Amino acid sequence: MTHIDVQSALAESLSMPYHDLVTRRTGAAVRTFIELQLSGLADGTVAFLDFSRIGVLDRSCADEFVAKLMLPLTVENPSRDGYVVLHGLSEGHLDSIEQVLHAHGLALVVQFPDGIAHLVGAVTEVERRLWQIVMVSGRVAVDGLAAETGLAIDEALALLDSLARRRLVRREQDCYCPLGTAA
Amino acid sequence: MTAVITLPASLDEPNFESVIEQLAAVPDDAKVLVDARHCRFATPYGLTALLCLAQSRLEKPEFAPPEEESTASYWARASFFKYAEELYTMRGTVPKARATGATDVLLDVTPVARNEDVHAIVTRIQEKATQILTNTLDLEPRATMGFSMTLSEACSNIIEHAGRGGWVMVQRYNWSKRRVGRDVVQIAVNDAGVGFRRSLETSRARALADRWDDAIALESGVMNAVSRLSDPGRGQGLKGIRGWVHRFDGKLTVRSGKARIAPIIPDWDDDVPRQDDLPNFPGTQLQVIIPKRVLSA
Repeated sequence: MTHIDVQSALAESLSMPYHDLVTRRTGAAVRTFIELQLSGLADGTVAFLDFSRIGVLDRSCADEFVAKLMLPLTVENPSRDGYVVLHGLSEGHLDSIEQVLHAHGLALVVQFPDGIAHLVGAVTEVERRLWQIVMVSGRVAVDGLAAETGLAIDEALALLDSLARRRLVRREQDCYCPLGTAA
Repeated sequence: MTAVITLPASLDEPNFESVIEQLAAVPDDAKVLVDARHCRFATPYGLTALLCLAQSRLEKPEFAPPEEESTASYWARASFFKYAEELYTMRGTVPKARATGATDVLLDVTPVARNEDVHAIVTRIQEKATQILTNTLDLEPRATMGFSMTLSEACSNIIEHAGRGGWVMVQRYNWSKRRVGRDVVQIAVNDAGVGFRRSLETSRARALADRWDDAIALESGVMNAVSRLSDPGRGQGLKGIRGWVHRFDGKLTVRSGKARIAPIIPDWDDDVPRQDDLPNFPGTQLQVIIPKRVLSA
């Protein structure tokens, strides 16, 4: 698990003491900076991106930074194995991020101020339910999940693998674990 | 021979059309004199559009400043002359900007040409406008975030798509005697760049359209979030602006080339949704008006 302060990344990537994530150019600069940091992490590491010192986050910047940071991680065979969790988001940040996630069919795990993790973005109700069971269980195998949800094992497996490919849960051998917990 | 373009006494968004009409009769390379001597009032839209007018001329135009001292003084305080003196040849002297106390100018005339400009604009508007937006317009803190986002997205569009720098200005007005009957904030973000039609020339919307003109391009870009790039994440900025303006009972108008649309018309206004075949004016001119929130009993 590693913590990345987004405001520091913003200031360093543009060499200016900015606090607002606005414009596509800024988003691209911050994404490139953070991608470099993520590339130095061990496989399977969960990076917590901390937005608590960020003021405004507009949608164009959110698209260029957050959505495009996640897109390469969620392809069938990603070039690296990393996970991202967002925290320190304001209501305004969340609104921008949700819109761009939906535009790309992406979703993300967001840790709210109460410490509870939520799934935001493009997810179906059944995906959200499975994800919540994984969160509550901590570590769960597919047969247990299928029994709890009433889904066929093949169906539950396909959905869980999809959640894992989308970087919303971690697959550890035959089990699925929430992000940010010990495997 | 110099063509004289006479400004109306009140230079706001609707009345700027009379300026464009006069310009339409003048060849692009003709010398023009913009006569503001009898102008008494100008909104952010009017002032920023005047700078766009100068940018659009092949030959540097001349400018006769307002004769009314208070008008000229306000234009100076709004930083209009700071940039107008670069773009126009001034006829006569213009007053120097003098610092005043409380002002309704939330953001004076500011150029938008680089990424850093947008950061500076968002920083300044948050420093200066948050108190007015929350205390005077009774907007929630969340709305002030939307206000900053609207500014940043509109200014970003200039940098991304216009192909030339533009201008932004924000001002508060007391409109208690108008139909809306309350305070409003006006945002104008204007440029004299390529406009929606040319910007979206390579878009999928253009490829699928039987007809392609400024109005269709405007509707594609503003209403349907079409971008010249096929990336599904594009077009989010204007969509966000529309959503925010609608949520806070505001009004949005966008003019480009020969068309103008008003995608958000609140109950307190009676504009028309779309106008075609207007006289041509280069670039894109966007205006947002947000009224004071009506607090429910």
